[in-house]
Amino acid sequence: MDNYFKIEGTDLRICVPAELDHHHAEQIRRGTDRLIRSRNIRRIIFDFQKTGFMDSSGIGMLMGRYKDMYFMGGSVKAVHVNDRVRKILRLSGVSKILKIDEGSPTGSGDI
Amino acid sequence: MRQTNEMKIEFDSRSCNESFARVAVAAFMTQLNPTLEEVADVKTALSEAVTNAIVHGYENQVKKIRVECEIEGQMLSVQVIDHGIGIEDIKKAMEPLFTTKPDSERSGMGFAFMEAFMDEVNVESEPGRGTRVSMTKRIGRIKES
Repeated sequence: MDNYFKIEGTDLRICVPAELDHHHAEQIRRGTDRLIRSRNIRRIIFDFQKTGFMDSSGIGMLMGRYKDMYFMGGSVKAVHVNDRVRKILRLSGVSKILKIDEGSPTGSGDI
Repeated sequence: MRQTNEMKIEFDSRSCNESFARVAVAAFMTQLNPTLEEVADVKTALSEAVTNAIVHGYENQVKKIRVECEIEGQMLSVQVIDHGIGIEDIKKAMEPLFTTKPDSERSGMGFAFMEAFMDEVNVESEPGRGTRVSMTKRIGRIKES
């Protein structure tokens, strides 16, 4: 479970697994809550490089983290989003709220 | 005469079985010669219904969920059945963004996703008895010989 998380300074990079469903969303939620409470995290980066499946449980988890970070004056973004994940983010309307990095999967992209 | 085929699986209402249920239905529908997108769409809709049974039907207790699939011609029917608490107001439950569990980070989009990815979605439920979600989708094209 802890393999999902990488702390990079004040960034928390969440390496989202191949399937972001209710089962995995719960694991990520618990792990993120624990890390946010114990560390100084200013930004969460959801790295979807490995992700091919996402359902509305994933959307709920993203929105929950977005709200948490927003409350703390931090930010959230999504990177390495493939076409399927992008479709789900658009369908849910979350793509209007969440910053989605349009960069290519290889290379450091952002900032 | 149209070709028909059916399968039923029954499994514990554990979240670790959500992936199994998706793959089982995806495997069964392969014979319809679906596109990758059609498989992804059906897997997503199925995932929503199974998650609902686990989170809402059984409120995370471990009971049985049944998934029944039927193929007739190019029509795929998928039913997800639980014997959980049932739905008081189906119309309300199916309203986009409505959820009885906002504190659990439920997005309220499960039914909206099912309706987006399947042709038809029908819900039957009786409070205290259980719920049956029925979905259909026309898949692929008949292979030309």
